[in-house]
Amino acid sequence: MKRLIVSVVLVMSALFSGQSNADLEIVITEGTNSARPIAVVPFKWLGEGTAPYNFTEVVSSDLIRSGRFKPVELQQLPSRPSNDSDIDNYTEWARLGVEAVLVGTVSQFAAGRYEVSYQLIDPLRGQITGGLSDYIKDEGLASEQDHILDGRTSVVLDSQFRQYAHRISDVVYEALTGERGAFLTRIAYIFVEPDAQLPYQLMVSDYDGENARVLLRSPEPLMSPSWSPDGSKLAYVSFENKTAEIFMQDIYTTEREKLTSFPRINGSPAWSPDGKKMAMVLSKDGAPDIYVMDLATRKLQRITEHWRIDTEPKWTPDGKSLVFTSERGGLPQVYRVDLESARIRRTTFNGQSNLGGVVTPDGKGLVMVNRDNGFYHIARQDFPTGNFYQLTQTTLDESPSIAPNGSMIIYSTMYQNQQVLALVSMDGRFQARLPSRAGDVKAPAWSPFL
Amino acid sequence: MQLSKVIKASIIALSVLTIAACSSTSDDATSSSSTTSQTGKDLEGVQTGAADRILTPAEERARVREEQQERYADLRKENVLYFDFDNASIRSEFAEILAAHADYLMRNPAATVVIEGHTDERGTPEYNIALGERRAKSVVDYMQSLGVNAKQMTMVSYGEEKPVVRQSNERSWSQNRRAVLVY
Repeated sequence: MKRLIVSVVLVMSALFSGQSNADLEIVITEGTNSARPIAVVPFKWLGEGTAPYNFTEVVSSDLIRSGRFKPVELQQLPSRPSNDSDIDNYTEWARLGVEAVLVGTVSQFAAGRYEVSYQLIDPLRGQITGGLSDYIKDEGLASEQDHILDGRTSVVLDSQFRQYAHRISDVVYEALTGERGAFLTRIAYIFVEPDAQLPYQLMVSDYDGENARVLLRSPEPLMSPSWSPDGSKLAYVSFENKTAEIFMQDIYTTEREKLTSFPRINGSPAWSPDGKKMAMVLSKDGAPDIYVMDLATRKLQRITEHWRIDTEPKWTPDGKSLVFTSERGGLPQVYRVDLESARIRRTTFNGQSNLGGVVTPDGKGLVMVNRDNGFYHIARQDFPTGNFYQLTQTTLDESPSIAPNGSMIIYSTMYQNQQVLALVSMDGRFQARLPSRAGDVKAPAWSPFL
Repeated sequence: MQLSKVIKASIIALSVLTIAACSSTSDDATSSSSTTSQTGKDLEGVQTGAADRILTPAEERARVREEQQERYADLRKENVLYFDFDNASIRSEFAEILAAHADYLMRNPAATVVIEGHTDERGTPEYNIALGERRAKSVVDYMQSLGVNAKQMTMVSYGEEKPVVRQSNERSWSQNRRAVLVY
């Protein structure tokens, strides 16, 4: 009877939680054999009854979705240690072939607060040192446990459990790859339900689709969300007044401000890396051109002046240049303009056409939509070498956005006559799809580090 | 006497007959003459026809204009025109429709129209906003060349955001690549 009540409650809460019809799950469409095995041992709950949260489930999902790691099946774990001291025999862990073992504990700290403690252990190193490694220091012998790659203890509010789990994933990822993890980031996107009264919705969710929130609902189209560098605001295009206008909205306070409403096109807003300027497209002076607006003074600086289409400006990480799409040479290609010298150079030459260029966070590459034989793929081009890589096999791709650590690209594509979001790793080896239950999902924008 | 009664009756009868005969004869005469003026077919196989009145030049122009206005009113019910892929040129099959709309706007200087530009889903959303505007502008320029005042026309581009058909094939794409005149 109790189980029946519990399951009914779960169903009811699932129905009323957030915007369940817009939640995104992740379906992996192409794994990678080069994923590195890792052992994620369920954290031990040091209190009574059932554990308050399953941290390791979130950590495992995060690590799988990065495309770099493959958590070992739970039944294959030789034991369930919760601390390095629980491990007597590193060999049985080394034999699993895992490069690291994550162990931890959860205990009650106060009402609504829990102490979470975890360690990331290198079993091979532990096998060699036996858990303690000696070295010479100041003409004496010292020892350390250098087989423990990282270990932390924190007090966490129960409302922050999922967020903290993502934090753990970040720590594990950085310890093993040397790169910053991007598991505590968000995505903004547009959700379209054609038959609804207010069909166009601006949404924000965790990078994995959880905690989806509607920020705006409109009877007219919404486009091109762009994050402020501190992750607190979104700029976007709205047709709510029956014409294109650029708005800015605080995602926490819901405060909105209309930024531009020039005649004709107001489009493609892009916040500068220092947060002080907004690049945009305006056609008020004859044809769509790139402008940069100073947000403090609202003064406009015209960047391109060409009778053919210039659009989709995106900043380089140093804030000194913009890449943009232009058809000044015939078909659309990606160009780069140095804001100091105003010098414009074409950067893409592969395939029939290239659009929607975004610069990687390290500034060394360009991700774009490449049109080849009538198909639209996501592709990457490295700046110094010009090496070109097609990353996807899907054929109607658009709107790529890169994770702030440069590891993953989110983009929109067609699947079974529905527009959905998809992920591809920067090397193209890992691919996943985020199916949506109803409607079209488009225009994804990955947030900065939060 | 008996004989006088009979004679009196027969005189009356005779005169009635005579009158009747006269009138019937005259009726026949009228009907046969009118029949002759109408078709005369029944009578002797002669046919007639009427000649067209020659219109004065002013009357001629008025008639042509009236026909044109009727035709334009019909054409104006069409307010969507379609485009080729990656293209913003007005196809010749839409010239008449635009002429009809242009005529209406020129005769009604207070009327305004919004010209929407749309594209199919291929390519990126913002590039398609620009392409949609190019299509709307193409219509505006064409109408201006016919004599419409630019102040009566405004443009909005919706790019790929408002398709009429949500499918990914050539046929659907061709239906989405359009400009719409909205009064």
